[in-house]
Amino acid sequence: MGPLAPNEIISENTNFLLAFFIGIAFGWVLESSGFSSSRKLAGIFYGYDTVVLKVFFTAAITAMLGLLFMSLFGWTDLDLVYVNPTYLTSAIAGGVVMGAGFIMGGFCPGTSFCGAAIGKIDAMVFIGGLFIGVYGFAFTYGWWEKLYLARYLGEPKISDKLGISDGLFGFLLILIALGMFVVAEWAEKKFPREEY
Amino acid sequence: MSNNTSTDKSRRYLNPYLGGVLLGLVLLAANFVSGRGLGASGAIKSVVATTIGTVDKEAIGTMPFMAEYAESHSGNPMKSWLVFQMLGVIVGGFLSGTFAGRLKLKVEHSPKITSRRRLIFALAGGVLFGFGSQLGRGCTSGSALSGMAVLSLGGFVTMMAIFGTAFALAYFFRKNWI
Repeated sequence: MGPLAPNEIISENTNFLLAFFIGIAFGWVLESSGFSSSRKLAGIFYGYDTVVLKVFFTAAITAMLGLLFMSLFGWTDLDLVYVNPTYLTSAIAGGVVMGAGFIMGGFCPGTSFCGAAIGKIDAMVFIGGLFIGVYGFAFTYGWWEKLYLARYLGEPKISDKLGISDGLFGFLLILIALGMFVVAEWAEKKFPREEY
Repeated sequence: MSNNTSTDKSRRYLNPYLGGVLLGLVLLAANFVSGRGLGASGAIKSVVATTIGTVDKEAIGTMPFMAEYAESHSGNPMKSWLVFQMLGVIVGGFLSGTFAGRLKLKVEHSPKITSRRRLIFALAGGVLFGFGSQLGRGCTSGSALSGMAVLSLGGFVTMMAIFGTAFALAYFFRKNWI
C-alpha cells in the first residue's frame, strides 16, 4: 500500500496538496512546542530548557518505530522510502557549520519560519541569512566540490553499519533517549531560568 | 503541582513529549504519503534556484550546483514537495501562534544584549546554517530528524555534528543567551 505517491496510489498534484497539509501540521507542532522562540531552542545548550532534545528524540523514535511496524504489517514498503545518502565528509563538515549557525542564530531553518510566522523579527533576519548562505554555497561550489562528494558510502543504515538488526538498534536508541531525558529533567532543575 | 496562572509562559506550550510524539506522527505521515521525510532547507534552495533563473537565465549555467538541481527539477523548481510543505509550515505556525496568543512583532533577545546585537548574530547564524545545509545535504529537519527516522547513517552523523558543535561553541556565545 504505502508509500502512496511512489506507488502511484495518489497523483503528483494530490501529493503536493498533502505536502501543504503535512506542512501545516509540522508548523503547528513546532510552534506549539515552543520552537518559534530562539531562547527556548538555545536553552538545550545551557541546560535551562531542554525542549529541543525531548521533542527531537521523541519524534525521531516515534517515526522510526512507526515505519518499522508499518513495514512489519506490510502497510508500507520501506524499499520505496527515501533514505538519505551518506557522504561522510560533508555530513560532518556541513553539520559543524550548521551547529555554529545554530548557536549563533538560535534557529534552524524549519523553526525560523515558525518564528517568522508569529512575528519574530530575529527569525526573519535569520531567514534572510539562510538565502545568502544557500546562494553563497552555490556561488562558490567549485571550491567545495571535492569535499561535497568525498567519502560516498551509498545509503547505509546505521543498524547495518553496527551489524545489528533494525529492531535492536531501535530498542537501544530508546534506552539512550530515556537516559538523556533523565539528564535533561535534572538539568532544567539545576539551571533554572524563569524570565525568558 | 500548583495551579499556574495564564501568564506562566511554559504552561501554554505543549508538553514536550506529547509534542515529540505528534511531530513523529507528522513525519511518519510524510513517509507514508510521499515516501520521504520532512525538510526545510530544500525549499530555500528551490527559491534561490528560481530567483537566479529569473534574474539571469545564463547565471544558472555558470553555477554547476544549481544547474544540476534545475535539471533534476525540470519545469518549475517552485513546484516541489518541500516548497508546498514549507508554505504549510508558515500557515501552521501562524495558526498555532494565533490561537495561543503569541502573535507579536518583536526581536526576541536576552535582556543582557541589544536588539542590534541579536539581529547581527541572527543574520550570521542564518548565513552559516544556509551554507551548511547545502554542504550537508539537508538541515536539522531533512537530514538529521528525517534521516534518523529511516536509520540513515548520514542522518545520525549530521545530527551529532550539529548538536556537538553547538554544544562545543556554547561557552563562547553564552552572553547572547544566558
